Amino acid sequence: MEETVHYAEATGLLGSVWLLVAIPLVSAAVLLLLGRRADRWGHWLGVAAIGAAFVLGLSSFFQLRGLENKSVELSLWDFIAVGDLRVDFGLLFDPLAAVFVLLITGVGFLIHLYAVEYMAHDAGRRRFFAYFNLFVAAMLLLVLGNNYVMLYFGWEGVGLASYLLISFWYGRPSAATAGKKAFLMNRVGDAGLAIGIFIMFATLGTTQYDEVFNGVGALTGATVLVLGLLLLLGAAGKSGQFPLQAWLPDAMEGPTPVSALIHAATMVTAGVYLIARSNPIFSANSTLQLVVVSVGALTLLMGCIIGAAKDDIKRVLAWSTVSQIGYMFLGVGLGGGAYALAIVHLLAHGFFKANMFLGAGSVMHGMKDQVDIRRFGGLSKHMKITWLTFMMGWLAIIGMFPFSGFFSKEPIIVAAFEREDWTAWLFGGAALLGAGLTAFYMTRLFVLTFHGPKRWTEDIEHPHESPALMTIPLVLLAVGSVGAGFLLSTSVPDWLTATAGLGGEHAEHEAVLSHAVITVLSLLVTVLGAGLAWFLFRAGTATAPQPAGVLVTAARRNLYTDAVNEAVFEKPGIFLTRALVYLDNRGVDGLVNGLAAAVGGGSGRLRRLQTGFVRSYATSILAGALLVMAAFLAVQAGWLA
Amino acid sequence: MTELKLPSLDYAALAPILIMLGAALVGVLVEAFVPRRSRHVVQLTLALLAVLAALTMVVLNADDRLITAGQAISVDGPTLFLQGAILVLAAMALLLIGDRSVERGGAFVAQAAVTAESADDRRQAEGRNGLTEIYPLTTFAIGGMLIFVAANDLLTMFIALEVFSLPLYLLCALARRRRLLSQEAAMKYFLLGAYASAFFLFGVALIYGFTSGIPGRGAGVDFSTINAAVTESPTSPVLLFAGMALLAIGLLFKAAAAPFHVWTPDVYQGAPTPVTGFMAACTKVAAFGALLRVFHVAFAGAAWDFTPVLGAVAVLTMLVGAVLAVTQTDIKRLLAYSSIANAGYLLVGVLSPSRDGLSGTMFYLVAYGFSVLAAFAVVTLVRDADGEATHLSRWAGLGRRSPFYAGLFTFILLAFAGIPLTSGFTSKFAIFGPALDGGQAWLVIAGVLTSMVLAFPYLRVVVMMWLSEPGESTPTVTVPGGLTSAALMIGVLATLVLGVAPAPLLDLATGAADFVR
Repeated sequence: MEETVHYAEATGLLGSVWLLVAIPLVSAAVLLLLGRRADRWGHWLGVAAIGAAFVLGLSSFFQLRGLENKSVELSLWDFIAVGDLRVDFGLLFDPLAAVFVLLITGVGFLIHLYAVEYMAHDAGRRRFFAYFNLFVAAMLLLVLGNNYVMLYFGWEGVGLASYLLISFWYGRPSAATAGKKAFLMNRVGDAGLAIGIFIMFATLGTTQYDEVFNGVGALTGATVLVLGLLLLLGAAGKSGQFPLQAWLPDAMEGPTPVSALIHAATMVTAGVYLIARSNPIFSANSTLQLVVVSVGALTLLMGCIIGAAKDDIKRVLAWSTVSQIGYMFLGVGLGGGAYALAIVHLLAHGFFKANMFLGAGSVMHGMKDQVDIRRFGGLSKHMKITWLTFMMGWLAIIGMFPFSGFFSKEPIIVAAFEREDWTAWLFGGAALLGAGLTAFYMTRLFVLTFHGPKRWTEDIEHPHESPALMTIPLVLLAVGSVGAGFLLSTSVPDWLTATAGLGGEHAEHEAVLSHAVITVLSLLVTVLGAGLAWFLFRAGTATAPQPAGVLVTAARRNLYTDAVNEAVFEKPGIFLTRALVYLDNRGVDGLVNGLAAAVGGGSGRLRRLQTGFVRSYATSILAGALLVMAAFLAVQAGWLA
Repeated sequence: MTELKLPSLDYAALAPILIMLGAALVGVLVEAFVPRRSRHVVQLTLALLAVLAALTMVVLNADDRLITAGQAISVDGPTLFLQGAILVLAAMALLLIGDRSVERGGAFVAQAAVTAESADDRRQAEGRNGLTEIYPLTTFAIGGMLIFVAANDLLTMFIALEVFSLPLYLLCALARRRRLLSQEAAMKYFLLGAYASAFFLFGVALIYGFTSGIPGRGAGVDFSTINAAVTESPTSPVLLFAGMALLAIGLLFKAAAAPFHVWTPDVYQGAPTPVTGFMAACTKVAAFGALLRVFHVAFAGAAWDFTPVLGAVAVLTMLVGAVLAVTQTDIKRLLAYSSIANAGYLLVGVLSPSRDGLSGTMFYLVAYGFSVLAAFAVVTLVRDADGEATHLSRWAGLGRRSPFYAGLFTFILLAFAGIPLTSGFTSKFAIFGPALDGGQAWLVIAGVLTSMVLAFPYLRVVVMMWLSEPGESTPTVTVPGGLTSAALMIGVLATLVLGVAPAPLLDLATGAADFVR
């Protein structure tokens, strides 16, 4: 599938897309280097940097729209040039990158704005904005790079910012531990991505997107499979997908704006971006696609089930993120036109999930940082704006018509039913079941928080609505939650067709069920799930943990995935470490020390030969001379023979 | 009576040798006629000017490829390169010898052979005016070395050997402090050196016998005759191999290769430190220059036969040098064993028959010469009231007392250990690379393993200097005068430059790497 990408001239604003990365980066550097001197105005610099990036991104987007070849490549300098290996520091601004830029800078700007107020009483606010800007810069580099090394650069950059922000309150042991957990689990995925890139170097000699994609056809099936699985491992690590999902809920230890921007709207969707960007690799191997779909389906159900059993408002949202990204993986794994559907869902999710996280933050702000939904209730009367905006997000995520989730999620369910064989039932069924479960646990969250009787702790007398700086972003994001879905689902797939392999031809196979039936079914399970939750929780819930059946207990314990991790990785890892330390102490060190002792001993003994007497020296010279003579003559005897 | 025909002499090509020997003679006259007060300045200036003039002539002769003085002297690429190396290193050594700021009146006495600790000896050691007999002696030695690397027959080579050895025996005995140790060193060096010379001479005789009887050619010990004889002589090859072995023994003695190295630690320790530096740098160049010429020109046809034997000697030399260095407690003895091990590495270079092997060996000689002179320059500086403090325990904590000089010494030790970005790395690379290409992997493996062993004693000194607390007895580093500073800085800078940008010198060595036959 040789395919030449035609690039447009990088003229006008498009020549300066590098500023998108540079502006937040410079801002982060200024904030970090100036230190306390920037404490008074630093947060505004951070907000302004992202605002500027958004304006620039939007202008570039409109300029790109006017072009015939909707793809601009910008090679800044030779990044690595060793032998045959050449890596450009190059940027690629194409439709896929453009929508990500808008999501990152747009939602990022609103969340930055919100964070100004949310972090107002925190002594580390300047540091927070520095890390936050650093994150935006790295994330933009990730989506703007024109090769896998650039992507990896951004990938590690967002990882760094993420660890720094998860453990932002590093004084809390739980935050420090959560940062470490995220770091370790991401390492696993990052190693996969790195090895994948090495394989590209080894087999294709390049990491440039277009060259890699043109070269994929020449690779053997096994190479493509391994390459794809490694990329998938990287994607799963960053996006909190099975089996590397456990870090994401713990990452909620970070400040809420971080959860909203990094661990819901943008960074965790980098895995989806990676797979969508690499779609020629994934499309080249059907086994690979099956694996991606399976990971997506499994994770989306896991996320729903665990989310239904959690009581911490942010963790429920975190598991719902895991579950929603599962939908996106399902979409990108289905291939063909479903890539675009996954991106649409990603964008829509960015809005409504950020909206709900910020709403959760607003609730916590008013409730003295309480996060337990069993301790909320009846807040709709006290926090009108938060309630209404959260309601938009809730309706969006459960996929209620005509909110955005309906337009973005339902096509994925349809696409799942369009698979050729019996797996259509399996994956379609999983997606449908997931929709019902999502409706159930999100409704439970919504009802327990905003409705029913008050179950507040004694110290709260009068919860207050958050100030305007926090509610304005909420309102704007709520508008997005309502309207974005329809707009995106009608425009984005066409827009994305200009990106290699994305969008375009839709569904060659007949769905096993007709489109209308699926739509009705998905609305039906949504209403059922939501109704059930409403019925069960309208009167509140117990404030103490209740004994529960097997399934709920399992869900409360994250379906025992942590136990599995512990048994499969941690215990053998600890054992291996101990064994290696033992081997190192006794074996390697023993060998080394033994050798050293042997040399030292030999040296000490040989030293005695150096007596200081000329006569013994002369004797040893004579002996040596005889030996050398004998050796020469022996050689000569051989020569005669 | 046959008429004695004088061979034609190419004076320009011989100029470096003539200049050095002439300067030495003038130096003797200076001792006789110049007033004592100004003798030191005159002698040092004379010696340095002579070295400079000889070096200029070497540079001017750079394109010479000829044999002159009958068949006695060959002036070709290796000769000129090695003569240049000897002269540059000798200039550094002269700077060390000439320094009088560290020790009032210089570190030397006039007479080597006055009974140690006698009244006469004490008088000459305590005399306030320094004595300058050392300069003509050194100049003679340099002249002899210049002949040694240019000699094109075995007799000339033998005479050159004696011309540079005899002054060296005396130089070793001239230390002003620790007279007895110094004289003992000289005595040992002299006895064993004479012993080795006898082996060499016996070898010459056997080779002469071997070359007789080539059809249509007279017997002789010039290298082209030997070269022809190796393949053509009908005489029993026993003569050839016995002669070759004896010659090799004589040369390996000077090169300090095991098992003919036994004199090295005692002599290096007893000799005045600047002289030790001179021997470690210049004698090494001369000895390996001769080895290269003898084995690459005269015995080239027998390479298959001498390579395994000399290879075994090389491995033994590396092992002895490295292993014994581990337990040394005196810095000069440590450097002596390091010098022995380096002789082993150089032998690996001698055994690479390729042009790269030759140029790598020559590069190594220069790089090692700079480093080792710098190392001995530092040794002259670490002193207490009794002179140099050479026992290693006294160096503990030196890094706290004198971080600058300890830092320089650390750098040199790292170079000896072969750390990248020092000349120690590039020069080992220049020797081991061609050896590997030439199929001598076993020598390279031995070289690398012994380098690892050898790194230990070097690093032990580094650890001692930096990680120990300075004790009561830790001496301070005397701030050196201009001459020692100059020598030290030249050595350190050369070690750094040859480590970072070795290409120019390597190119020069490669361009010079062909013998005229």
